Amino acid sequence: MSYDLMREFADSWGLLAMVLFFVGCIAFALRPRGRTWADQAARIPFKDD
Amino acid sequence: MKFGTEIVALSLFAFAAVVAAGFGVDAPFRQHMWVLFFVLAGFTAILLRNIDLKPAAPIDPSAYMDGPIRYGTIATVFWGVVGMLVGVVIALQLAYPDLNIQPRFNFGRLRPLHTSAVVFAFGGNALLCTSLYVVQRTCRARLFGGNLAWFVFWGYQLFIVMAATGYLLGITESREYAEPEWYVDIWLTIVWVAYLILFLGTILKRKEPHIYVANWFYLSFIVTIAMLHVVNNLSMPASFLGSKSYSAFSGVQDALTQWWYGHNAVGFFLTAGFLGMMYYFVPKQANRPVYSYRLSIIHFWALIFLYIWAGPHHLHYTALPDWAQTLGMAFSIMLWMPSWGGMINGLMTLSGAWDKIRTDPIIRMMVAAIAFYGMSTFEGPMMSIKTVNSLSHYTDWTIGHVHSGALGWVGLISFGAIYYMVPKLWNRERLYSLRLVTWHFWLATLGIVVYAAAMWVSGIMQGMMWREYDEQGFLVYSFAESVAAMHPYYLMRAIGGAMYLSGALIMAWNITMTILGRQRKEQPLPGSVSAYQPARSQTWA
Repeated sequence: MSYDLMREFADSWGLLAMVLFFVGCIAFALRPRGRTWADQAARIPFKDD
Repeated sequence: MKFGTEIVALSLFAFAAVVAAGFGVDAPFRQHMWVLFFVLAGFTAILLRNIDLKPAAPIDPSAYMDGPIRYGTIATVFWGVVGMLVGVVIALQLAYPDLNIQPRFNFGRLRPLHTSAVVFAFGGNALLCTSLYVVQRTCRARLFGGNLAWFVFWGYQLFIVMAATGYLLGITESREYAEPEWYVDIWLTIVWVAYLILFLGTILKRKEPHIYVANWFYLSFIVTIAMLHVVNNLSMPASFLGSKSYSAFSGVQDALTQWWYGHNAVGFFLTAGFLGMMYYFVPKQANRPVYSYRLSIIHFWALIFLYIWAGPHHLHYTALPDWAQTLGMAFSIMLWMPSWGGMINGLMTLSGAWDKIRTDPIIRMMVAAIAFYGMSTFEGPMMSIKTVNSLSHYTDWTIGHVHSGALGWVGLISFGAIYYMVPKLWNRERLYSLRLVTWHFWLATLGIVVYAAAMWVSGIMQGMMWREYDEQGFLVYSFAESVAAMHPYYLMRAIGGAMYLSGALIMAWNITMTILGRQRKEQPLPGSVSAYQPARSQTWA
């Protein structure tokens, strides 16, 4: 794979895939029913001891 | 315990070290192999003397494996004191060049010893022991792989000893924060892969369905450091029995590889790993869940996506293509978002319990750490802006910035975690003394302020002197004049560093006494218990 080919891929589809993944992560974290799930996850350190 | 396999393997490696010491092609390599031989032989002797032929007690698979964590805690404190002591020594060497002892103890060799000792020995051990502590307690599972944790612990200490002695012998790759030569790099790669297997294996056998966010940060630190370490250290040894190797890259590609590594060592070793620490120990010490778990997820992914691109800002105004410099700068500025998101998340965890900052010195230490995280990650992106960088680059400002992050964020959050863990790991009711924690806090915080302020003044002065032209276009100051002007600030820096070191010595005393099971008889801290006010007899009546 030549440098130019790699750059072209990185600047187009690669960039798009990473942006979509990132936006997806944020959307997943902020999804409407995420609050109760997140509150439970935040209590994990207190289940032990 | 019977250490059959371990003793055989260690003896074989010790023998190989002697052979390498005999056939080595350069003197430093031969000396280094003698060091390796004596370390391995000494360790073998210790194991031989500790053989116990009684059948080993059965291991309770549901109990946590805390032995390596106890050793790691002690190693953290020990290497912290050593690394900070070397820091004060080299600060004094800069102020008084006569203190350079040639050739082994000059500034050039002691400086990487200082950086490696504080970053990899102190910080690395802190990450190692806290990550193993946190992963077991948030997954509710014993460490994976039996004695693998012991291999990782001792293997990492061997890496530290080999790296440190190598620097003193003059063995270096001259790559910032990656100075160890090829054979030490290969050893670290083996240890690091074992660490990854240990950590990932424990996560995979977890009893808790969700992987707590602290483990995400720790895992990203382990994975990214593996990738950075391998790529940055791709090199060809001149001889397989010699201490010299040549990088696989050359010119500006080599420079960019180094700073891609260098900046992400900061981003993933000194930031992501210690954020994992923050997300577990701050909620535990404050006894409240993290302010917003959803913010912590956004914090994590934003940090992962942005940090990896920031390295080129170390190469502004060099042969690196302009677009790459601008890219590095733009991503550095975007890093403000995750860093301030993380800072808010850490600080707001205390909302509703702000009085703990007054009454609990460990919380105060953690809050100061988060504040320094916010300050130094504000300063960093600002310094990555090209016009600011043209003044700050190559000056002491950079040193001040690094230390506000390293002493303030990394140091204080590690101290807080150690103060939290030690009574639990050794089953002590409380620390030896909370008042000594307060002393440590104030010595450390004031030390950082003195250090950073001196370096700001010194760095900006240095940058201004270098760029000062007269009306005819000649430089006004010679380089030596700018060096002479920095002397008073070098002294202040040494004082600030000595204050920080004395705080660490107080911690070492406090931790030692706690481990020995002592409790200092002392007045409780004001506000920590509701004060008892006896009724006064009224004499005026």
